Amino acid sequence: MNGIDRRQFLKALGGGIIIFFSKSDLVDAQTTPSDFNAFLRIGEDGRVSCYTGKVEMGQGIITSLAQILAEELDVPFHSIEMIMGDTSLCPWDMGTFGSRSIKIFGPLLREAAAEARAILIQLAAERLGLPLDRMELTSGVIRDKKNPQNQISYALLAQGKKITRRLEKKPPLKPASTFTVSGKPVSRQDALAKATGQAKFSGDIRLPGMVYARILRPPAHGAKLKKVDTSSAEKIKGAQIIRDGDLIAILHSYPDEAEQALAQIKAQFELPENKLTPENIFNHLLKVAPGGNVIGQEGNLDQGKKVASTTFTETYLQQYVAHAPIETHTALAQVEKNKATVWASTQRPFGARDEVARALNLPPENVRIITPFLGGGFGGKNYNGQVVEAARLARLAGKPVQVAWSREEEFFYDTFQPAALVQIESGLNGSNQITFWDYRVYFAGDRGAQIFYAIPHHRTASHGTWWGAPGAHPFATGPWRGPASNTNSFARESHIDLMAAKAGVDPLTFRLAHLSDKRMRRVLESAATTFGWLPAKAPSGRGQGVACGIYLGTYIATMAEVEVDKQSGTIKVKRVVCAQDMGQIINPEGARMQVEGCMMMGLGYALTEEINFRGGEIRDRNFNTYEIPRFSRMPKIEAVLVDNPEIPSQGGGEPAITCMGAVIANAVFNATGARIFELPITPERFKKALAKGV
Amino acid sequence: MEIDFKLNQKPARLKGDGERKLLWALRSDFGLTGTKCGCGMGLCGACTVLINLEAFRSCQVPVKDIKGKEILTIEGLAENGRLHPLQNAFIEANAFQCGFCTPGMILNAFSLLLKNPRPSEKEIIREMNDNLCRCGAHQRIVQAIQIAAPKMNGRKR
Ligand code: FES
Ligand code: FES
Repeated sequence: MNGIDRRQFLKALGGGIIIFFSKSDLVDAQTTPSDFNAFLRIGEDGRVSCYTGKVEMGQGIITSLAQILAEELDVPFHSIEMIMGDTSLCPWDMGTFGSRSIKIFGPLLREAAAEARAILIQLAAERLGLPLDRMELTSGVIRDKKNPQNQISYALLAQGKKITRRLEKKPPLKPASTFTVSGKPVSRQDALAKATGQAKFSGDIRLPGMVYARILRPPAHGAKLKKVDTSSAEKIKGAQIIRDGDLIAILHSYPDEAEQALAQIKAQFELPENKLTPENIFNHLLKVAPGGNVIGQEGNLDQGKKVASTTFTETYLQQYVAHAPIETHTALAQVEKNKATVWASTQRPFGARDEVARALNLPPENVRIITPFLGGGFGGKNYNGQVVEAARLARLAGKPVQVAWSREEEFFYDTFQPAALVQIESGLNGSNQITFWDYRVYFAGDRGAQIFYAIPHHRTASHGTWWGAPGAHPFATGPWRGPASNTNSFARESHIDLMAAKAGVDPLTFRLAHLSDKRMRRVLESAATTFGWLPAKAPSGRGQGVACGIYLGTYIATMAEVEVDKQSGTIKVKRVVCAQDMGQIINPEGARMQVEGCMMMGLGYALTEEINFRGGEIRDRNFNTYEIPRFSRMPKIEAVLVDNPEIPSQGGGEPAITCMGAVIANAVFNATGARIFELPITPERFKKALAKGV
Repeated sequence: MEIDFKLNQKPARLKGDGERKLLWALRSDFGLTGTKCGCGMGLCGACTVLINLEAFRSCQVPVKDIKGKEILTIEGLAENGRLHPLQNAFIEANAFQCGFCTPGMILNAFSLLLKNPRPSEKEIIREMNDNLCRCGAHQRIVQAIQIAAPKMNGRKR
């Protein structure tokens, strides 16, 4: 479980003032304590380093965490250095997902910084021979309040010192009202490097003597290797063939030569019988679904049914969706004697460390994972297959090996957002109030399934998770940005919309009539103001839709306007507004970028993205057939941040994607009167819905 | 075969197989890792470089085709430490998140501005359409190109 030994660690770190974790603070931190890992260090040069097991994959925490630290320590933002995802230097961390970095790690970091500040003030008082209350702190300098000339910098205080402190008691934090860095826009830590091509991603690391691997892959999941002939590949100059059980790879000092050699390998696979297709997958999933967990209920469904004058029973479907980060899974491994170092694009560096340790039969403390910048993750880089491959090959070859999956491999081994279904039964009474809500979700997961509308009788059950269940999916599935919530929001918000339409009530009015939650009302009203929502009965020329949701404590309301072409079945999203209440905002510009990115990315699972497959054979293997949102699909995008400083920071990297399917489906209904029950809304599905009539 | 060309304004030479793709020569032979691979099939634009100031997808260009030509990669765009107007604009508009598509976006945009110094939004969208970004930075990328355009001042590179 633990990283390197404490003495070694301190030696590596050098002098300065170092703040450690203490166990009691970590209960809720998805962080298992390893005593000796530091949080932050004030170096002898006055620079402040922050060590975090979180990784930067485009969500901008390299900037917002630095802001938190700069704020609490009263140092210039640019004197902060972020050291992220290095398992030998950073405190243990479960992984970067679930929009939790700012929410959970942020407060701990603040406390560590406050502790460091207290120590610094104490040291300064001692050095200057003055009482503590005479000390004043600005921009990394502590001075005598009465005689500001009398001052001392953090750097001087840290010089020649090795002060280590545990974060034990809770030090007083700066009140938010005095913030000068947090909550204010700052320039990004990573901007220059990324604009000049200097930013290093895993595939950009070079080691002397390194080679590039290409690995023999089966044509379908579940296929068995029958025969393999590597003789012609062996003849290629400089190619080395490695075979270790089912792992057959070509190594070469040039990646393209390795690729050519791989093409020379003749292999025969036996394909398993598997008749699952995008058409029959939902029936299959219902058949194999495990029993449900009731995750929420109130009242009595039978009672609710009795008082309903109209009832509704519908099923909502979601196809498999790929993560498709532009950077594929990549790793560079070096194994020397009984130590391994791997540079890896991973969302779970500590998980990767343990997986490598297991594969190489090494103690985890002998494995170091270093995480450079990630070229996107979206949940897909929780899976560390390439890390283990690189480590195994590096040991077998006795030299550093890079494994960078091709786009085809990336699609093949992706842990897709699962195909999933939701069945909803509900009822309205004569005064257009929802009397009951019976909700069953299969294989999406339960996140975001909870009903937040005021309904007297309701029950929500979740069958299976996003990881699937034995025999459920013909390939791997897993968390995808806003896991479970994309599917759950699509189902819930479509169904609410459908009832509003039946009731003849404007869908925004209908929602507000069933909402007592103030935060939800506020985001809906903010979105409506910015969007300029006006009731318009379907089919209307406006083509407007609304959807709202709660994602792990963050509230969002989204409105969209679409234009449809009934002939071709194309749907053009012209405008999307999303209002988000994520509690206190650390980095408004960063938050806005995340909301915008979510809306743009969400167009994909709503309109075009679905994996075509036959059993374990993945038929979409590159961007020629798998269509992700591009410039021509870009609507006018507006992110509205609804400030709510009383509530601690919640996550912001995912919430805004979760309503995109629903809001577009609802806008399509408003434009045409055709109700959509399956995502993505391809032209074929849209035309079918149109043909079914209103 | 021997292939002489100019790489970021300096003479460069490649030996061997002329069918090799430029992307891999740049990334492995020259260690210029700013040029990224996102698909390897000419579908994403992450590997975009300029050849004689026109955008090409280096994963599709055999090195024999660059003989005597000038290659410009993201590493060669800033001159004497001064950022190119597009680099400044991308930073100003925060036109990236993970940054993996960025070098290709910037170089494709540069090629666009050289051909069409004041493109309309429609033209930007059309010319950038085959450069993919998974993080959804599109709107800001368009803004960045609009910010950079008037600052190019007729510059040729
Ligand atoms: S890597 Fe060349 S276009 Fe994608
Ligand atoms: S910024 Fe991540 S792919 Fe464009």
